Amino acid sequence: MNRKSSQMMQQFIFVGPALFFFMLIIAAPFLLGMYYSFTEWSGASKDPVWIGFANFTKIFTDDPAFLKSFTFTALFTVAGVLLTNLIGFFLAYFLTKPLKTKNLLRTVFFMPNVIGGLLLGFIWQFIFVRGFASVGEVTGLAFFNLPWLGDETTAFWAIVIVFVWQTAGYLMVIYISSLNNVPTDVLEAAQIDGATRGQILRSIIVPLIMPGVTVCLFLAISWSFKMFDLNLSLTKGGPFRSTESLALNIYNEAFVNGRYGLGTAKALIFFIVVAIITSIQVRLTKSREVEA
Amino acid sequence: METSKNYRFSTFFTEIIMILIALLFLVPFYFLFVNSVKSFGDLLTNAAAWPKAFEWGNYQRAWEITKFPKVLFNSLFVTIVSNLLLVLFSSMTAYRMVRHNSRFNRILFALFVAAMVIPFQSIMIPLVKVTSTVGLMNSHYGLIICYLGFGIPISVFLFHGFVKSVPIEIEEAARVDGSNAYGVFFRIVYPLMRPMYVTIIILNTLWIWNDYLLPSIILQNSSLHTIPIATYAFFGQYTKQWDLALPALVLGITPVIIFFLLMQKYIIQGITAGSVKG
Repeated sequence: MNRKSSQMMQQFIFVGPALFFFMLIIAAPFLLGMYYSFTEWSGASKDPVWIGFANFTKIFTDDPAFLKSFTFTALFTVAGVLLTNLIGFFLAYFLTKPLKTKNLLRTVFFMPNVIGGLLLGFIWQFIFVRGFASVGEVTGLAFFNLPWLGDETTAFWAIVIVFVWQTAGYLMVIYISSLNNVPTDVLEAAQIDGATRGQILRSIIVPLIMPGVTVCLFLAISWSFKMFDLNLSLTKGGPFRSTESLALNIYNEAFVNGRYGLGTAKALIFFIVVAIITSIQVRLTKSREVEA
Repeated sequence: METSKNYRFSTFFTEIIMILIALLFLVPFYFLFVNSVKSFGDLLTNAAAWPKAFEWGNYQRAWEITKFPKVLFNSLFVTIVSNLLLVLFSSMTAYRMVRHNSRFNRILFALFVAAMVIPFQSIMIPLVKVTSTVGLMNSHYGLIICYLGFGIPISVFLFHGFVKSVPIEIEEAARVDGSNAYGVFFRIVYPLMRPMYVTIIILNTLWIWNDYLLPSIILQNSSLHTIPIATYAFFGQYTKQWDLALPALVLGITPVIIFFLLMQKYIIQGITAGSVKG
């Protein structure tokens, strides 16, 4: 075998399988999806019919459920991203102090994350429906006696609570590693200069952990925006589709209503929105990163 | 960044507060376990209390109805095979991309990075068409091939960053000693990349093990079901029968909790490593 053909062979063996699976599972469906979003198509077995921009016109002018799910997802993302990051950072901040139970505590806070969203949703469904009610009976606190999954507002917050419980520990891990990278001498210098704890936090720690913040915001935004499992198992989008996430709306459109063409059009819009939001966020927070 | 190593009163106070918050975090697990061993009546009258009597029979019934051994095997099979193939193909590709930085490989790498932004829900509908056309529907192998497709961009990306830090001199020495490209990869590079293998296997395991949406689309036949879809199907059938549902949930979460407790150190490291690069 000469050198050139041996290089071709190596390229084929090393890169071939990955390229093949990528093309088959991601590239081909992605390109097909672009085409299908301009068609009326009612299922995998039937042929799509080209209808131009009709799906997009329908989505933007005549689809209140889609707009509702869009609003829900946007509000959920704001609440979810803020709370998980604040709590994740708060946990990390105190768990980088020399606590004796530090490692055990980290394990506990991280644990919900290893269980999948679907099972977590079912566990919490029980807690909201039966657990809270019985705590409410004992304590008489109104908070526990709310119709947690039966009312539009409380169902929204129910999902937020579970989401925060699930993901705060993951962000905590990233924040802990960022906090551990903050050089001790800078902090000591600030202490000697008489800076208060709040000043040190605001003017030294936060700017120095911005790379961690970039990652955590990115993760939290994409998780909340793409939320599906929790949504499905906790409320199924109810009551009255008030907690239907965009991902669930797309799923229902295709696999429940059988409108695959309309579903792919929604999916394309979904992709564009996720891409725009995450790239703006990464650009914004990256510009705030500093080095010690 | 620990500024003071002394264990002072304020540290003690912080510790107490954190322990209380941790207990609050564990409350859902308390509810889950305690009620999974109650009779239905006991569970309805007071969900917060300790069980009056332990009904271990709940577990036996849930075990049989969910066909737990079968479902557990399915989850294990899909997760293990997907993981092994993913790390093999991704590490080989990343290695080649770094060591043979051709135009084609650069473009392909850029495509992989770009594809990581695509949400699964954006391609799941045409994916159904593609998988049914090529005959991947309703089989574990079809599902595994889908995981290869979805896992490859991020895995290649993580390996790529790692290979760049491996010094090329050792490989050159092996070449001089007469080893070919494959020998260099499997004898020299592969052992060096072991920490990265662990990281990627952990990240992919948590994702694949817990995934609901993809298997629910690919696998219709209930004998092929993995834990998440079996759980979902179970809930559809036994709505509000909490004396069965809760033990089923406990069974469902036990394997991954054990995995977590055993692999804790690596999981935390893996997430840290993954996040720095991602």
